[in-house]
Amino acid sequence: MTAEATTEARQLPYILAITEGVRQSLQEYDTSFLAGEDVGLAGSVFRIYKGLYAEFGPERVIDSPISEAGLIGLGVGAGATGLRPMIDIMFSDFIGECMDEIANQLAKTRYMFGGKTTLPVTVLTMGGGGINLAAQHSQSLEAWLCHIPGLKVMMPATPHDVKGAIIAANRDENPVFVIMNKASLGITGEVPEEPYAVNIGEAIVRREGSNFTIVAIGRMMHEAMTAAEILEKDGIDVEVIDPLTLQPLDTETILTSVRKTHRALVVHEAVRFGGIGAEIAAQIQENAFDDLDAPVGRIGAPFSPVPFSPPLEQAYLPNAQKIADGVKDLIGLD
Amino acid sequence: MELTKDILLDLHRRMVRIRHFEDEAGKLSESGQMPGALHLYVGEEAVAAGVMVHLTDEDQITSTHRGHGHLVAKGGDFKQMYAELYGRSTGYNKGKGGSMHIANVDAGMLGANGIVAAGPPIAVGAGFSNKYRGTKNVAIPFFGDGATNEGSFHEAANMAAVWKLPVVFVCENNGYGEFTPQAEHQAIKDITDRAAGYGMPGIQADGMDAIAVWEAAGEAIERARNGEGPTLLECKTYRYYDHVGRSGIGLEYRSDEELDEYRKEDPIPKLEKHLIDNNVLTADEIQAVHDGILAEIAEAIEFAENSPLPDPSTVTEDVYYTG
Repeated sequence: MTAEATTEARQLPYILAITEGVRQSLQEYDTSFLAGEDVGLAGSVFRIYKGLYAEFGPERVIDSPISEAGLIGLGVGAGATGLRPMIDIMFSDFIGECMDEIANQLAKTRYMFGGKTTLPVTVLTMGGGGINLAAQHSQSLEAWLCHIPGLKVMMPATPHDVKGAIIAANRDENPVFVIMNKASLGITGEVPEEPYAVNIGEAIVRREGSNFTIVAIGRMMHEAMTAAEILEKDGIDVEVIDPLTLQPLDTETILTSVRKTHRALVVHEAVRFGGIGAEIAAQIQENAFDDLDAPVGRIGAPFSPVPFSPPLEQAYLPNAQKIADGVKDLIGLD
Repeated sequence: MELTKDILLDLHRRMVRIRHFEDEAGKLSESGQMPGALHLYVGEEAVAAGVMVHLTDEDQITSTHRGHGHLVAKGGDFKQMYAELYGRSTGYNKGKGGSMHIANVDAGMLGANGIVAAGPPIAVGAGFSNKYRGTKNVAIPFFGDGATNEGSFHEAANMAAVWKLPVVFVCENNGYGEFTPQAEHQAIKDITDRAAGYGMPGIQADGMDAIAVWEAAGEAIERARNGEGPTLLECKTYRYYDHVGRSGIGLEYRSDEELDEYRKEDPIPKLEKHLIDNNVLTADEIQAVHDGILAEIAEAIEFAENSPLPDPSTVTEDVYYTG
């Protein structure tokens, strides 16, 4: 027990939790490899794979041509023939380059083949804004992926969860997207040293509360926690739920919370229109209508591309204050 | 690589199996007995047969929307194939794929594919896997002239070349991308012109001649098995039926004269003449091959027609592996 307590207390930044998750995945399966643009020598532009090339060699940590469709195809073909690929798509914005291989091949092959193959493919990609990378390197496109049957989609917010999500994804027999968050790379938290998996499809109650539920996706979880502190001063006791996995979505944990608090707001960094928040709000209203004291609110980015200039980007992104204001609106406080 | 009697018989048998399978499927589709759309491989049999004779079940292929011929040539079972085309639960894909996704992963057939040029990147993945696992197996994407205009073909070819993967890119250049003649969809006549751009050899074979395809494919496959990297093999061939079904959508986009010219090049009578001239088979023995295959097909169609339809309650099964 003492040893466990020691390892659980270890603090690690999100960036190193990613590295460790991939390292331990490569250690766990000889059939696993990591391929992507500049993942090897450079350790990725985000340096999230630093050291892995030296440790595992160019046969298992593979610098690829700049060919996203080729990379996802590599995952499909290798995954269907006995390997357990980990494919890095540097920015999640680049999925447009490989959407056919994602939507029509990776996601559907098992179903189209009548269940006669598995595709244990992990796709690691970096999403989100906040660091002035403008419209093509800052998007949150998780809703695109969640709409495609056959994929699992995770958006880990903490160092603990990003490591556990990578290992869980690599152990899973299905294609799993782990959408990491570039603005969270410096966030530090407890990360056990041993390999562990988080449960895919299981939401986490980050903060218990009695009279309001905020469902906050990805990095927005941290903003929601800050918002909850702001709201506490107004006597609003907020429960914060981090879905962690968006596909499959843990609707039950969300509904249990809403049945207790009777009010809910869903927050994501993605554009509000057609975002995953719309799906969550619809599910709450379908399943817990009689428990609701107010419409389910949604906070997301406005319907525009992500702007470059810092004040524009800050105006664009949801944050703790906007979330707190949104909660007050729903409750009817000024 | 010696062209033995056994290989000649094998080439012939695979081609005849494809021809009759497709002819019967085309009739059943036209009569409305079979749901969906079929893209028939008739005319192009020499390519699938000439390549597949070199492969084992551990070698992989990816196919196209015109994929039945590839699966037949890779040892596909008629019963499970017809059952799949009929959408029955006894089909290769339990009725979930149909003509355009028919597959048999156990035999290395990684699926027909409804998306043009989606196969080459997947074959590159299989080729990578073969190399990674230390095998001597090869992966072979089949695709048409039209597919070489897709970006995913380019990405796959470049990736296979730079990583020296055991992949043989087999282009079935039948002169048309759907209904559009090659001259109107690309400024080159020879797909092999593209090979130099990837730093891989490009070789051509007469796709209406099974022996020619067999020779060229053998050379490319041997290079791949020896770790010498990929090859682009272009087989010039022709589609006797239309883009879709036997008679298509009624477009007049190619002449009867053109079709007649290619009919004279029919790869099956061509090989049969060779078999007779070289005393491999008599005309009667050839007829017996056809009759045997037709009987097998009749039995398979009966099996498919008598097979159960999938239970509607299984519609969401197989989306995910659940253990």
